[in-house]
Amino acid sequence: MAAIDANDIIVLSDVTKTFGTFQALKGINAGIREGEFFSLLGPSGCGKTTLLRMIAGFDEPTTGTIDINGKPMAGISANKRPTNMVFQSYAIFPHLSVAENVGYGLKTQKMPKKEIATEVDKALDMVDLHGLGDRGAHELSGGQRQRVALARALVMRPKVILLDEPLSALDKKLRDQMQVELRSLQQTLGITFILVTHDQEEALIMSDRIAVMFEGEIAQLASPEELYRRPRTKRVASFIGVMNFLDAKLGSQDETTLTINIDALGPVQVPIDIAPAGLNPATIDAVGIRPEMLTVLGDGNDNAEHKVEGEVTGTAYYGDMTYYTVQLPGSGEPVTISMRNTAGRSVLPAGSKVMVRWGAESVVLFE
Amino acid sequence: MGMTLDKEARQGLTLLSPTALYALLMLAAPLAMVVTFSFWTQNYLDIETTLTLDNYREAWSKPIYQVLMIRSLKISLLVTVVTVVLAFPIAYFLSFHVKNRKALWLFLITVPFWTSYLLRVFLWKVILGYNGVLNTALMELGLIAEPLTFILYNANAVVLTLAHAWAPFAILPIFVALEKIDRSLLEAAEDLGDGPVRRFFRITLPLAMPGVIASTLIVLIPTVGDFITPKLVGGTDGLMIANMIQIQFGKANNAPLGAALAVSSMMIVAVISLIIYAAGKKFGGRVQ
Repeated sequence: MAAIDANDIIVLSDVTKTFGTFQALKGINAGIREGEFFSLLGPSGCGKTTLLRMIAGFDEPTTGTIDINGKPMAGISANKRPTNMVFQSYAIFPHLSVAENVGYGLKTQKMPKKEIATEVDKALDMVDLHGLGDRGAHELSGGQRQRVALARALVMRPKVILLDEPLSALDKKLRDQMQVELRSLQQTLGITFILVTHDQEEALIMSDRIAVMFEGEIAQLASPEELYRRPRTKRVASFIGVMNFLDAKLGSQDETTLTINIDALGPVQVPIDIAPAGLNPATIDAVGIRPEMLTVLGDGNDNAEHKVEGEVTGTAYYGDMTYYTVQLPGSGEPVTISMRNTAGRSVLPAGSKVMVRWGAESVVLFE
Repeated sequence: MGMTLDKEARQGLTLLSPTALYALLMLAAPLAMVVTFSFWTQNYLDIETTLTLDNYREAWSKPIYQVLMIRSLKISLLVTVVTVVLAFPIAYFLSFHVKNRKALWLFLITVPFWTSYLLRVFLWKVILGYNGVLNTALMELGLIAEPLTFILYNANAVVLTLAHAWAPFAILPIFVALEKIDRSLLEAAEDLGDGPVRRFFRITLPLAMPGVIASTLIVLIPTVGDFITPKLVGGTDGLMIANMIQIQFGKANNAPLGAALAVSSMMIVAVISLIIYAAGKKFGGRVQ
């Protein structure tokens, strides 16, 4: 459960949503802090979009409450909420120009025409669309439509901007660029952004905090770094990046350390504080190690504390990195190891006998 | 492209040619005949083929034709407005509020077509007549002392009958236009502060405009030239220009004058249609 404090601009309490017999959300509790970039990350069907739509006011929770800016939102329709949305399809009004699209909400507020024009120009500058106000909606590229949708939300100066997979329709290069731009825009303006995405890399790059959702529940809510380094469950670990799992059992424990018997690697002592809060060490049945936390040593001439012999069964060359699959003795699945390609290091062929080194502090414990 | 056609063009023309041929024979040829006739003169049983504008002079200057033309336009414009205004809510309901079974609803809309048009017009006579269903019912209920006479054998009856007959044709284009509206546009408008009414006038209606224009034209163009309905329920006050054209080709034995009247009314309808189309475009904005 996320601790809820005074800085939270959105408070979700026991939010559930049922469609017919399908339970889309099973009791969501979370606080979203003012000014943060918050992501809802999960595979399709996990309920993240449903949750975003309920914050926007397009859907009502079946039970539970949503507070925005200290006010309960029950019965308040989308047009009266201090949130604005960037839709997945962008939802650019096809019969209006770019400027009319961006100024749409200000016109509803009965702002004088001159002021609308000024505000629209400012918003277009912010998203790098200076001077495109007279264009028709159909004359825009995908990236430009995305920027118009963003400007249309920004111009309203909302408390919270909701983004529903805003980058999924863009090609890879544009997407990478927009990730950086969106993040820096958010930091400059200090507006709370809530992003829905199924792309873990996108969430890691842009967010202050991420809520990973599976099947209508938040599996873990944490900063990108904590999510990556200390995933709470195996499922979170494999959803975010690549994780090697090795079967393991608790050997012994004292005040400061746990001794874990890991298949293929043998007994390892780890500091007790790497165990997540609430984990009973007796229930440990696996450890996880990220590919970059393992090192392949060609000749085995190394005085590392933890090393084990293995055989390379496959390589994948990525230019800057090489991914090895290495079979360790006594472990079922081969492990994946990533190595940075440096000047003096050549790619090892399959079949090479190697030593694999790891550090005890990089191990993640799972029940 | 010159004389040689590429493969795709030849394929397209081959596919089109039966229809094109049919249209040419059944539509263009008779039309050309009518236009030609309108420049000739009826000389008792013979046709005088010297070209003349006399028919048009008569068609445009005689009060009887002017009255009939203006009445036809008034009736058909009224029919169009009534039909489209009644059709819009039905199409809207169908598109936005019917979740499943849309096909069933569309099917039900076509039910009136199961009986012939002539039968339906007669049914209206039964309903609206002096001793008809409506008058009898209202008198039995004591709401009126004597039968209403303004409901049959006049322009009102023509409007009522035609609006009923053309409603399905008006519903479908509007329905299709509404179906094409991306629902996230409506959510975006709401998200930006619009209530339902503002949103309807700023998003839904402009985007449904192509359908509304199509409905307007589909109803307006044929009703100007309708002659069965005015003949059966229109009485003398409800006669329209098409009845006069029919008389000229038949009893009056003056086909050239009938042709001139037909061509004139066709041109008037064409001009009005273009004006409606242009106005709709302007209101609908830059919809692609």
